[in-house]
Amino acid sequence: MSREVTVAKREPVVRMAKRDTISRGKAWGIRLIAVLLSLVTAAVVIVAITKQNPVEVYLGIVDGAVGTNRRAWVTIRETVVLLCIAIGLTPAFKMKFWNIGAEGQILMGGAATAALMIYAGDALPNWLLLIVIFIASAAAGMVWGLIPAIFKAKYNTNETLFTLMLNYVAMQVVTFCIVFWENPAGSNTVGIIGAAGQKGWFPPVLGITYGLNVILVAVLTVGIYIYMKYSKHGYEISVVGESQNTARYAGINVKRVIIRTMMLSGAICGFAGCLIVSGASHTISTSTAGGRGFTAIIVAWMSKFNPFAMILVSAFLVFMQQGSIQIASQFGLNENASDIITGILLFFLIGCEFFINYRLEFRKNRNA
Amino acid sequence: MNLLLTFIQKAIGQGVAILFGATGEIVTEKSGNLNLGIPGIMYMGGIAGLMGAFFYENGTENPNGFVGFLIAIVCTLAASALGGLLYSFLTITLRANQNVVGLALTTFGVGFGNFFGGSISKLAGGVGQISVKTTAEAFRAQIPVLSEIPVVGDLLFSYGFLTYLSVVIALGMTYFLKRTRKGLNLRAIGEDPATADAAGINVSRYKYVATVTGAAIAGIGGLYFVMEYLGGTWSNNGFGDRGWLAIALVILALWNPANAIWGSFVFGGLYILYIYLPGLTRATQELCKMLPYVVTIVVLVITSKRNKQENQPPASLGEAYFREDR
Amino acid sequence: MEPVNAIELKGVTKRFGEVTANDNVNLTVRKGEILSILGENGSGKTTLMNMLSGIYFPDEGEIRVNGETVTIRSPKDSFALGIGMIHQHFKLIQILTAAENIILGLPGSGRLNMKQVEREIAELTARYGFDLNPAQKIYDMSVSQKQTVEIVKVLYRGADILILDEPTAVLTPQETEKLFAVLRNMREAGKSIIIITHKLNEVLELSDRVAVLRKGKYIDTVPTKEATVESLTEMMVGEKVTLDIHRTKPEGVKKRIEMRGITCRNKEGLKVLKEASFDAYSGEILGVAGISGSGQKELLESVAGLQPIESGEILYYPPEGATEKISGMKAEDIKKLGITLSFVPEDRLGMGLVGSMDLTDNMMIRSYKEGGKFFADRKKPKKLAEEIVSQLEVVTPGVDTPVSRLSGGNVQKILVGREIAGNPTVLMVAYPVRGLDINSSYTIYNLLNEQKKKGVAVICVGEDLDVLLALCDKILVLNSGRVAGIVDARSTTKEELGLMMTGDGEEKKADE
Repeated sequence: MSREVTVAKREPVVRMAKRDTISRGKAWGIRLIAVLLSLVTAAVVIVAITKQNPVEVYLGIVDGAVGTNRRAWVTIRETVVLLCIAIGLTPAFKMKFWNIGAEGQILMGGAATAALMIYAGDALPNWLLLIVIFIASAAAGMVWGLIPAIFKAKYNTNETLFTLMLNYVAMQVVTFCIVFWENPAGSNTVGIIGAAGQKGWFPPVLGITYGLNVILVAVLTVGIYIYMKYSKHGYEISVVGESQNTARYAGINVKRVIIRTMMLSGAICGFAGCLIVSGASHTISTSTAGGRGFTAIIVAWMSKFNPFAMILVSAFLVFMQQGSIQIASQFGLNENASDIITGILLFFLIGCEFFINYRLEFRKNRNA
Repeated sequence: MNLLLTFIQKAIGQGVAILFGATGEIVTEKSGNLNLGIPGIMYMGGIAGLMGAFFYENGTENPNGFVGFLIAIVCTLAASALGGLLYSFLTITLRANQNVVGLALTTFGVGFGNFFGGSISKLAGGVGQISVKTTAEAFRAQIPVLSEIPVVGDLLFSYGFLTYLSVVIALGMTYFLKRTRKGLNLRAIGEDPATADAAGINVSRYKYVATVTGAAIAGIGGLYFVMEYLGGTWSNNGFGDRGWLAIALVILALWNPANAIWGSFVFGGLYILYIYLPGLTRATQELCKMLPYVVTIVVLVITSKRNKQENQPPASLGEAYFREDR
Repeated sequence: MEPVNAIELKGVTKRFGEVTANDNVNLTVRKGEILSILGENGSGKTTLMNMLSGIYFPDEGEIRVNGETVTIRSPKDSFALGIGMIHQHFKLIQILTAAENIILGLPGSGRLNMKQVEREIAELTARYGFDLNPAQKIYDMSVSQKQTVEIVKVLYRGADILILDEPTAVLTPQETEKLFAVLRNMREAGKSIIIITHKLNEVLELSDRVAVLRKGKYIDTVPTKEATVESLTEMMVGEKVTLDIHRTKPEGVKKRIEMRGITCRNKEGLKVLKEASFDAYSGEILGVAGISGSGQKELLESVAGLQPIESGEILYYPPEGATEKISGMKAEDIKKLGITLSFVPEDRLGMGLVGSMDLTDNMMIRSYKEGGKFFADRKKPKKLAEEIVSQLEVVTPGVDTPVSRLSGGNVQKILVGREIAGNPTVLMVAYPVRGLDINSSYTIYNLLNEQKKKGVAVICVGEDLDVLLALCDKILVLNSGRVAGIVDARSTTKEELGLMMTGDGEEKKADE
C-alpha cells in the first residue's frame, strides 16, 4: 500500500504491540541478553574511567567477589541480607503497597538489636539473647511498618512518601541513640559492640561463620513462598493488590489485610536489621541499611515477586557490587563506583522487561 | 531581631535547593510521571556543575567568574537533563515501572555524584579541598546597593542569582501551567493521556519535554547547593535528603509551583531550626532534626483527608501510556 | 470535479495479537449522508472507526478521504482531514471546563484567551441549538451535557465528517430525539455523519444507508429504505434469530428484600441515593431503569453490603425463618448469616473478577474462606470452574488462563456462572449484556429466566429499555437517586419510562 502514498506522509517504521504470552525460555533469554549488554556497558564505563584492560577489570570483579574464601562468604552474607529485605518487601508490593521504607524498618530493627546487645549483653545467655534480639528487631520493624499502614487503611494516605519520610525519622532515631552509645567518646560512632565476649553475635554454625545467616534467610524464603502461594492470607493479599473493590466484594476486610501485611513486611525488614547488626557488622550507624532497602525493591520487582528468582537477582547484584568495591580499591577509585555499576545493571534489567511485554513490528516494504 | 533575620536568611538558603527540586518535580508530575529519581538527578546536576567549574578554573591561568558561572550552569543542565532523558526513555518509551526506574536512578545519581565528587576531591588533594573560588563567588554575588539597605536588604536582596531564579522559575511555571495553551495540554496529559492523545496532542513528546525540563530545573537545585550553599566544594552525601523533601513538597504545594515557594522556605526553616532553638542538648538536637519529616507526614495525612477534585494528584500519575491498549 | 465520497476504505485489516478485529473491510461514506454502521458487539465497528480517528493504525489497506489516499497516524492527522470522532466513553478531562476541553490540543497563540474562546463556543452552540455553559467543569455535568461538549468539540475543530460511537446508549428516549434532530440539521449543512450502533430501530429512523459488519468482516451496505429489522438482523448475525425473550408468569411470589428510605452519599459527599424504597419478590425479575449514574450502582451495592448507608433500612425475608435486618452489615456479615445474595456488578473485571487471575482463583473470590484455617483450598474452585466452562460453553484455553484474556461474553459467563453456582435467593445483575454479542446476550437472558423460575428474586439493572420491557416483570425507575416509580413491565411503554427517568418533579441539584 505504501507504493500509492505519494505525499510526504510516511507510515511509522516501527510499531509495538502487546504480547499475549511469552514462553519462559524466551523471557529469560531476553533477560540474559540484558545482563550481557549491561556488563558490556559497565565495562565501557569502567574502562573509560580506569583506562585498564576490560578483561582485567572483570577478572578483578570476579576476584573481588569470590576470589578468596573470605570474600566469597562476604558476598554470600550480603546476598542473604539483600534477599531477606526483598522477601520482606514481597507481601507489601504484591498488595501494591509501595513500601519504600525498608531502610527505616531495617534501621529500627538494627537499633533494637544494638540496644539489646549493649544493655542485655551480659544479663542473658547468648542463645536466649539471640532469641530476644530476633523478636525485638522484628517488633521494631513491625511498628515502623504498622504506622503508615494504619494511615493508609484509614485515610488512604500516600504510603510511598510516608514510608520514605519514616526512613529519615529512623535515621534520626539512630543518631539520637549514637549520642548515648558512642564508643570511644567523641567519635560519633558506636564501634564494635561486645567485641570481647561476642555477646549477641551470631555464633558459627557447623564451623561456618555466616551459616546461621544463610539458614535463617533460607527458612524465611521458603516460608514466604508458601505463605504467598498457598495460604488464604496470600490469596487475600493478591486480591487486595489487584483491586480493592473486588476485595470488598469478596468480603475481604481490606483494612485488616493492609495492616496485617505491612506488619509482616516491616517485621521481616526489621529482622534484616538484626541480620546486619548481630550477624555481620556488630555495630550500627545511619548507613547500616546502606540503600539496600531501595535496591531490594528493584530485586523484588524484577523477580516478579518470585522468592526463588530473587535469590538469583540479589546474588548477581551483590556479586557485582562486591566486585566493584574490589576494583575500586585496586585501581584507586572510591567505593561509590559500585553504585554506578549497580545503576547501570538495573537500568538494563528494568528496560528489558519492555521486550518481554511488547513485540516490535517492523514495517516491511511492500513493493510487490 | 538579628537572630530572627539570620534564621530567615538561612531558612531561605536551605529552601532554594528544595524549591528547584519541587518545581522540577511538579512539571514532571503534571505530565503523569512520578520521578523518584529527582534526588539522584540533583546530585548529578550538582557534581556536573562543580566539575565543569573545577576543570575550567584549574585549566586557566586567570579564571573569569562569569565564564565559570556559565560553564557550571551548562554542565549542570546537560547532566541533569540526561538523567531526565534516561528516566523518560525507560518509562515513556520502554514503559517500565516509574517507581522502580526512579529509585534506580536515585541510586545511580547519588553514586555518580559521590564517585566523581570523591574523585575530584582526590585530584584536589583531599576531602573538602576542591575549591572553585572564582566561580562560587560569581554564584554568591549579591545585588549591589540594594543588599546594603539595612534589614530589607538583608532579608530580600542578600542572595545570589540562583535564589531569585528559583522564585522566577516557580512563578513562571505556575503561569505556564495555568495560562498557556501548552500548559493546558500538559495538564490534560497528566489527567488522562488517552483523552489528550485523542485531542491530537503528542503525548510522548510532551512527557519527554516535561520530564527532561523538570529534571534540568531540579538539577540547578543541586548546583545551587554546591556553589552557593557550600561555596564551591563537595562533601559526600552532603546534599542528603533534600531531594526527597522536594518530592514531598510537591504534595504540600498541591501541584502548584507558586505554593512551593513559601513551602520550601518553611521546610528550610524546619531543617535548621535545631541550631536556633535555645537549650537543646546534643541528643535533643537530633530529635529536633526529625521535624521536617514529621511535619511532612502530618501534612500528608491532612491532605489525604480532604477531597477537592482540583487538589488531587494528576489522575494518571505513575501509569505508562500505550495508545493501543485495549 | 467534486468527489462524491467523503470516505472510502479499501481492504482495511487490523489485528490485535492473534485476534483479527477487522478483516479486509471496504466501506464508502457519501458526502452529506448519515451512514449507520451496524454490527454486534465485538464485530469491529469501533476498531474500524478508530483507524479513521487515528487511534489505531491499520495493518493493511487503504483509506481515502475526499478521493485522496491518506495516511492517518495520529488523531492530529485525523483532525487535519476534517474527521471528528465522538467516542462512546467520553474523552473529556474531568477537572477542566467545557471550553478548556474543547480547545485542547489545538494550535493557536501560546497564551490562553479563555474569554474569546468562550465567545466563539457560544456562537457555535447558538447556531446548532445546543445548550452549553463553556465555563462549567466536566465533573459537574450530566451525561447528555458531556455528549454535547464532545459534539461541540469536533465542530469547533471544523470537522465535516463526524463519527459517533453508540451515541444513544446513555440517553433517554427524549434526549435521543433531540440528538437526532441536531444530527439531521448537520446533514442539511452538508456534513457527513457516521453513527456506530447496534440498535436497529435507530438505524431505520435516522440513517440514509446502513453498512453491516459481522465478526470483523464487511458484509454489505444497503439503503435504509430497503431494509427491515429482520433483514438487518440476519445480515448482522449471519443466521435467522428469533429476538423474543420468553417471559413466564411469576409463580410462588413472596417478598424477599424490602428497602425502606435508603439514603447514601458518594465519596465526594453528594447524595446519590435519596430515600429509595422498593420490594423485590421471589420468582420475579425486577428491572431497574434510569439515566446512567442515577443511583443504580448504589442501589445494588447497598443491598449487597458494599455501600455505607446514611439512613433507612433493608430487610431480608428468608424462605423460612425470621426476617433479618441486613442494612448496616458488611458483605461478609450477611454471608455469615447464611444468606446468599449473588451480585454481578457492572464493573466485571474491576469488582466481580480479577483480570490477572485465572479462572480457578476467580472462583475462589466467593469461596476461599471455606475449608482449613491457614491454607486455601483450590480443588473445589477448580472443579467449579471446569463445570462452568463446560455448561456455559465458555471459550478458553483452560481454567489456568487469566480471565482478562477472554472475550467480554466469556468473562460475563464466568461471572454469572459463579454467582448462580452459589444457589442464591436473591440475584442482582447490573448491565448483564453490555458488550456481549446477541448469542451471549440470549444465554444470559435465559439464565436469568431460569433463576426466576427457580424462585430467585432477580434484580436487573439495564440500559436498553426494549430489553427491560421484554425481560422484566416490574420496572423500577430511578431519577437522580430517587425512585420515580415502579411500573408493570407488561403494560408500560418506553416513552413513559423515559419521562419518569428525567421528569422534573424532583429538584435536581438543589439538595446536594
